[in-house]
Amino acid sequence: MTKQVQELDHVIIRFAGDSGDGMQLTGDRFTQETAVFGNDLSTLPNFPAEIRAPAGTLPGVSSFQLHFADHDILTPGDAPDVLVAMNPAALKANLKDLPRGADLIVNTDEFTKRNLTKVGYGTNPLEDGSLDGYKLHPVPLTSLTVKALEDQNVPRKDAERSKNMFALGLLSWLYGRPAEGTLSFLEAKFGKKPEIFKANVTAFQAGWNYGETTEDFAVRYEVKPATIAPGKYRNIIGNTALSYGLVAAGQLTKLPIFLGSYPITPASDILHELAKHKKFGVRTFQAEDEISAAGAALGAAFGGALAITTTSGPGMLLKAETVGLAVSMELPLIIIDVQRAGPSTGMPTKTEQADLLMALYGRNGESPVPVVAAATPSDCFFAAIEAARIAVTYRTPVILLSDGYLANGSEPWRIPDVATLPDLSKDFAFATAETAPMDGTDFLPFRRDPVTLARPWAIPGTPGLEHRIGGIEKADGAGTISYDPDNHDLMVRTRQAKIDGIASMIPPLEVDDPSGEARLLVLGWGSTYGSIGAAVRRARQEGHAVAQAHLRHMNPFPTNLGDILRSYDKVLVPEMNLGQLALLLRGKFLVDVVSYNRVNGLPFRAAELAEAIEEVLAHE
Amino acid sequence: MSENQVQDLGNGPSRLKSLTLVPHESGLKAKDFKSDQEVRWCPGCGDYAILAAFQAFLPELEVPRENLVVVSGIGCSSRLPYYVSSYGMHSIHGRAPAIATGLAASRQDLSVWVITGDGDSLSIGGNHLIHALRRNVNIKILLFNNRIYGLTKGQYSPTSEQGKVTKSTPFGSLDQPFNPVSLALGAEASFVARSVDSDRKHLMSVMRAAADHRGSALIEIFQNCPIFNDDAFAPIKEPSAPGLIRLAHGEQIRFGPEGSMGLTYGPYGTLVPVEAASVPESELVVHDATRSDPSYAFALSRLDSADFAHTPIGVFRSVERPSYDELMASQLEQAQAGGVGDLAKLIAGNDTWEVV
Repeated sequence: MTKQVQELDHVIIRFAGDSGDGMQLTGDRFTQETAVFGNDLSTLPNFPAEIRAPAGTLPGVSSFQLHFADHDILTPGDAPDVLVAMNPAALKANLKDLPRGADLIVNTDEFTKRNLTKVGYGTNPLEDGSLDGYKLHPVPLTSLTVKALEDQNVPRKDAERSKNMFALGLLSWLYGRPAEGTLSFLEAKFGKKPEIFKANVTAFQAGWNYGETTEDFAVRYEVKPATIAPGKYRNIIGNTALSYGLVAAGQLTKLPIFLGSYPITPASDILHELAKHKKFGVRTFQAEDEISAAGAALGAAFGGALAITTTSGPGMLLKAETVGLAVSMELPLIIIDVQRAGPSTGMPTKTEQADLLMALYGRNGESPVPVVAAATPSDCFFAAIEAARIAVTYRTPVILLSDGYLANGSEPWRIPDVATLPDLSKDFAFATAETAPMDGTDFLPFRRDPVTLARPWAIPGTPGLEHRIGGIEKADGAGTISYDPDNHDLMVRTRQAKIDGIASMIPPLEVDDPSGEARLLVLGWGSTYGSIGAAVRRARQEGHAVAQAHLRHMNPFPTNLGDILRSYDKVLVPEMNLGQLALLLRGKFLVDVVSYNRVNGLPFRAAELAEAIEEVLAHE
Repeated sequence: MSENQVQDLGNGPSRLKSLTLVPHESGLKAKDFKSDQEVRWCPGCGDYAILAAFQAFLPELEVPRENLVVVSGIGCSSRLPYYVSSYGMHSIHGRAPAIATGLAASRQDLSVWVITGDGDSLSIGGNHLIHALRRNVNIKILLFNNRIYGLTKGQYSPTSEQGKVTKSTPFGSLDQPFNPVSLALGAEASFVARSVDSDRKHLMSVMRAAADHRGSALIEIFQNCPIFNDDAFAPIKEPSAPGLIRLAHGEQIRFGPEGSMGLTYGPYGTLVPVEAASVPESELVVHDATRSDPSYAFALSRLDSADFAHTPIGVFRSVERPSYDELMASQLEQAQAGGVGDLAKLIAGNDTWEVV
C-alpha cells in the first residue's frame, strides 16, 4: 500500500508515559535518528523527581518533547503536534498542552477501568467523545508488542517492556526517520542479552510495519533536512557540553582538573561525566557534603589545580562560605550552579533562573564574584571555558549559571575545531621561585598585577614563596593579618575593582536589530535565549521592528550595556524568576525596564513571549 | 606541558614512608620553621608548648619548607599556621579536613598538616573529620582538645564534661561529651594517638609516628586553656600521675605507682585495670597498635573517665592501608597507561554526521 506523503516544515512530538515506560530513552533515540537525518532540533525532557512514582499515577508521568524542522529552530516548541500517551495518566497530564486537531496516539491496552479510576477519569476518554477534537489513533501497543514476540522465548514482562520500541518504530515510520542508529544502539545496549536485543528489534520493526500496513495512519510525513552551516555535527545535552567544556579548559590552561562534588539534581551528570575522564588527568572527588565538595576544590586550587565544584541551588547555599573564602584568598575556583526551581528543595527536576541574585550577593560582606551564564545546551561548552578563563586570569571564584532545561535539553552542535579554542595558559602563570625576594624580605602574596589586579598564584612546592593566607582581612601587599580600618576599606575597594575590571576584557554586548529601527529591545540571559529568539522572530514576521540582546556576563556587565539600554524607548526583560535581572538593571542604570516573569518550572513558550512583546508594543 | 604544570621534582627517597613523593631536605632547624609573626595566644596557653614541639619536630620530617602545608580551621589553635614559615591556610570553621583533602589528594609531593580544636573538628566540622579519617587521606591532624570554646570566650564544647557550668550553660551543660579517640576509631581511622601539651618529648614522639604513617593520622592533644578551663587535665599533668597509661607498642601495659598496675581482658571485650601482681603474667595485656580489628584500641579509649583514673596516651592504633591519594593517583595512572585523552575525539563522540 502506498501512503500519501505530506511535507511539513516542522513537527513537535511529545512522548509521555509512566516513569518506567522508557520515555526518556524513546525520546533520546528519536532525537538521534532525527539528528542524523539532518533536521535542526531542540528537546525538552520533563520527568518527576521520584525515581519510580507509583505506576499509572499522575506524579509518575515522564515526558520527552522534541521539536524538529527543515530550518533552524530555537526552542523545543510550545504545543505538540503529536502526543504519544502510553497510559491514562500520561493523557491526562499532557492533554491540556495539545491543540485541537493534533495527532494523539494512545496505548489503548492501558485504558482499563482500574487505570482510569486511578487518575480520576469517570468515563473512558477514548469512548466518551471528549477527544473528538483530536486526530485520535487508538493503538493497542502492549498487546501488539506481545503478539509480535509470541514466537520468541521472552517472558511476558520483558515483552511488555518492549512496547516503547514499538512506539518508536511506529513514529520512526511516520516521520521517515533512519533506523540504523537505533538498531546499532540496541545492539550495544543489549548485545550481551541476545533475547532482549532480539525482542527490542522485533518490537521496533513491528511498530514500523504497523504504520505501513494499518489504515489508521493514512499519511506519512516528511520534514526535509535543514540547511545549516557545513561541518561535522553531533547532538549534545547541556550537562555533557558543560563537562566537555571543563575538560577542554583543563587542556587549554594546561592545569590538572580537580572536581569536588556532591550528588544533586540536576547537576549530578556533570560529576558522572567527568568521573569517566581520568585519561585527561581529571580527579573527581565525591565529597561527604556540598561544603566539603567546595572546600576540597579550594584546597586543590591552592595547590595549583583547575578547581571546580558543581551543584544546584540548595548546594549553593552550603558552598557560600567557601566561595567567600575564595574571594578573600583570591584563588581561582569554578562554581557551577545548575539552577532548579526553589526555594529550598523546590522542584528538583524543573527549571528556573532564580539564583541570579544569590550568585551575585549571597555571601557575607562585600564579596564580588564574576558570574557567567550559558544560553543553550551546546553553549554550556563555551561558557565553561569562559568561566575558567576568568578564574585563572583574575585568581577569583567564578559562578557559572546553567539550569535544568539546559542541563537535560539537547540540540545539534557543530563540533568546534579544538585548534580554534583559546590558549588559556597564556593568560596566567604560577609565580616562580625566581620572583622570590632576594633581599631577605618576605614574599608579598597580595602584591597585584597592575592591569588585572590579580595577586600571584604561588603554589606550595615553590621555594621562597612560602606564605600564609586565610579568611581574615589581609594587609595590602603583605597578606598578613590586618585589622587596620583604612586597609580594610582599601582591600574591599580593591577586590571590587578587580572584578569590575574584568568588564574591560569581555566583548561588548551585541544587539540583533536587522531593521535598525527597533524602539523595543528584548534583553535576556541564560536558557531563555531560544524562546526569546523565537518570539522576536514572530514579532518581526508580524512586521514589528524588535531588537534582541542576550547577556553572557552577569557580573560584571559588558561596558556598553548602559548605553544600549538607554538607546531604546522600551526594554523588555523576560525571566523565569520575579525580575532579578530587571532589579539589577534598574539599580545600576536607572532604566525603567519592563519585566515579563513566569516561574512554573518550564521554559518559556515562544508564543507567550511573542504576546508579551505585542503587549509592550501596543502600549507604545 | 608549560611552566604551569606541577613540576616532577625528581626527589630522592624520603625518610618517611608516608611521603614518598615529597622532596628531601635535611639540615633544617626549628628556627627555620618560625615565621616573623608575633605569637598571640594568652599567656600560659598550652598552644605555645604545642607550637614549640611542632617546630622542634619539623626538621625531623626532612621536608623542604616549601613542601610543607599547614591548614587550619577557626579557633585559638587554628591561628597556628601563621606562626609556621611554611605554606599555610587559615580557612573556615570546621572545614580544614575538607580543604586539606583536596590539596593532599591532588598534590602527593606535599606534607599536609591540619591544625584544629575540639569545637572546630568535633562540632561544626565533625562530618569532615570522620570522612577524612575513613578515606585515609594523607593528612596529619593535630586536634588541640581543651574541652572549651576559647576564641568565643568560654562556652562549653563537645568534649566538655556533662554538667559543665559556662556562660552558655549557667545551670550546667546537658550534653554527653565525645571521646575523640573513640570517635576516630569508630570512623575507621588507621592511626589514632593521644598526647599532652606539657610533655614535649612524648608529643614529638607521637608526631613522628603520625608523620611516618601512610594516610590519615589523628593526634588528640590535651591542651590547657588557662583562661576558660584551667587545669582541666591537672590529674594527668605530672609524669608520675597514677592514672596516666603510657602506651608503647610491643610492651606490656604497666602504670600506677612503680608500674604496679596492668590491664587484663574483661567481659565483652573490655579492658580491666588490675594489680599486676594479682594475675598471672600471661594475662597482662601487651600493647599492639597494629591489630586490624579496632575493638582493642576502642576498649583502650573507653578506659577514660571524668576523674582521669585511667587515661592512656600514645599510639592507640596504627594499621596499614592504602591512602586516598595513592588510590586516586593509581586510577589516573591506569587510565593513562594506554595514552592520554584526545580532546577532539572526546567532544566529537561516536554519533556524528556531516553537513556539506
